[in-house]
Amino acid sequence: MAEQTTTSLADRLRARFEERIGNVVERLGQTTIEAQPLHWLEIARALRDEFGFEQLIDLCGVDYLGYGEDEWATSEEATSEGFSRGVEGNSAPGRFNWNTRPRHGQRLRRFASVAHLLSLANNRRLRVRVFAPEDALPVIPSVTSVWPVADWFEREAFDLYGIVYEGHPDLRRILTDYGFVGHPFRKDFPLIGNVEVRYDPEARRVVYEPVTSVSPRVLVARVVREDSRFATARDEAKDEWREN
Amino acid sequence: MASEIRNYTMNFGPQHPAAHGVLRLVLEMDGETVVRADPHIGLLHRATEKLAESKPYNQSIGYMDRLDYVSMMCNEHAYVRAVETLMGITPPDRALWIRTMFDEITRILNHLMWIGSNALDLGAMAVFLYAFREREELMDVYEAVSGARMHATYYRPGGVYRDLPAQMPKYRESRWHKGKDLEAFNKARQGSMLDYLDAFCEVFPKRVDEYEELLTENRIWKQRTVGIGVVSPDEARAWGMSGPMLRGSGIEWDLRKKQPYAKYAEVDFDIPVGVTGDCYDRYLVRVEEMRQANRIIKQCVDWLRAHPGPVMVENYKVAPPKREDMKEDMEALIHHFKLFTEGYSVPAGETYAAVEAPKGEFGVYMISDGANKPFRVKCRAPSFVHLSSMDAIIRGYMLADVVAMVGTYDLVFGEVDR
Repeated sequence: MAEQTTTSLADRLRARFEERIGNVVERLGQTTIEAQPLHWLEIARALRDEFGFEQLIDLCGVDYLGYGEDEWATSEEATSEGFSRGVEGNSAPGRFNWNTRPRHGQRLRRFASVAHLLSLANNRRLRVRVFAPEDALPVIPSVTSVWPVADWFEREAFDLYGIVYEGHPDLRRILTDYGFVGHPFRKDFPLIGNVEVRYDPEARRVVYEPVTSVSPRVLVARVVREDSRFATARDEAKDEWREN
Repeated sequence: MASEIRNYTMNFGPQHPAAHGVLRLVLEMDGETVVRADPHIGLLHRATEKLAESKPYNQSIGYMDRLDYVSMMCNEHAYVRAVETLMGITPPDRALWIRTMFDEITRILNHLMWIGSNALDLGAMAVFLYAFREREELMDVYEAVSGARMHATYYRPGGVYRDLPAQMPKYRESRWHKGKDLEAFNKARQGSMLDYLDAFCEVFPKRVDEYEELLTENRIWKQRTVGIGVVSPDEARAWGMSGPMLRGSGIEWDLRKKQPYAKYAEVDFDIPVGVTGDCYDRYLVRVEEMRQANRIIKQCVDWLRAHPGPVMVENYKVAPPKREDMKEDMEALIHHFKLFTEGYSVPAGETYAAVEAPKGEFGVYMISDGANKPFRVKCRAPSFVHLSSMDAIIRGYMLADVVAMVGTYDLVFGEVDR
């Protein structure tokens, strides 16, 4: 656990786990590895015991459906400090067009569970992404036995994304209502929801009904721009900017 | 007869005043001893993270205020820092000093709220009244700088919304403020906001002495907190604790020192740590943090007084141009229009930015796919993490200690439920 060696964390991770982790990405001063779901529990234990990552700071689900898709395609050319022009509209999950919404399976893998680890002893952070092998029923091993704090994080990811954490002692919904149907943070779950509640004076109780009071709409279109907008900003920043 | 006594289940909250909002605790009791605690949360779930995915970056800053609604600007700070990291921009020095100062003002605001409400929960009424006196003074600073007493939306990617006001707003005469009272209220408000804060820093340590006089040696307070809710260093690590919860257990860890952001590397302050890890230690840690925050504010005030300058980057793709420029310059008008209709696109990538919020580590994990809206925002809220350890910590304590524990966690449901 002692940090006496001069080799970088990335090298030691590569040497220790070999093909069980994907590329070790170092970007913006942060290190990311991608763990194979099959080995995630074993890797987690090794990270805690051998690499000193005694704290699980955060664990969350991510739904990669529609990643990089925009609603308003732009032309490539732009002036040195101007804007590229919008040329044609298309639809993405943000724009709620139910008929043309992206379907399962467009990306290779859709659901991931991302863990952020912190080593208090070595003052170092690490991000580990674990993709669920299947989209229809995403299953990822639970790490509650390694870090007890994973309990609620995994319950939350299950609740919001429907990721099933295998080996979790008590995988219940946590944030949504008792009896809620669906996983609201999935990209194909509409922002306005599926049901609304009101008090029915005749039935003398709260009733659930399909949403009618609001309609899906988008105020600002989702646009991906790859033009010169940040050239200036990056020049300004240059070496001044360091992560943390 | 003894065999007939069985455990029973008790419902605590969500409307109980000591539940600090909307915590519903299902407690399994053996007599008055807690056997199992099952917190039910989510009653304040507003899907902040999903809403943020549907809006341009700048429009979600205001949502961050509403997460931990007693330490507003610290939440903004984490969000803004995440955006800045992805875009690779650095705000001007003055903006960073202003952020440092307001983070510490926020820390005092939060700890005042905490000390008042926690003492109130445990039967000491007066502290609340004292704490809110100072809280009001600091709220006025929030209002002076942003126009809002709580939900400031003051930090922006690239700096802060505007410079500190040259004139501290004064009370006007009304039915409630008149004569000598009015004069007393306005006495410190004659100069700029920095003068006002100077005066505040001068008296605040004495005010902290007043709270301590009410509590530190108070027999009832000590009976309710000493030896209650002990968190061992190992437990604190395993349960992902941070902030005063971690330091109360004797682990010297503070992001402001260990991974300094803004201008924390340039200010002088100390990190208090506890010894036994009980509620009383955490109380002492938080009280000392208020004193240290006061020290930092003083240093920031001195720096800001001596160094005027810009508080926002001069990059019109991120920051709006000046009003005057827009009247004459076509480019400025276009930039303004684009910024407020479409926003800015952030280069694809992912980052995790954390700040030492008053309650612990508040982090924002942000994934951008290159669009003008974040692809995924995850807020790592300290209260959520701390509350998850409730069951493990509280077992074997008495019912009344649950209240002490809920208080010492410093829970705010805005960020537990998000």
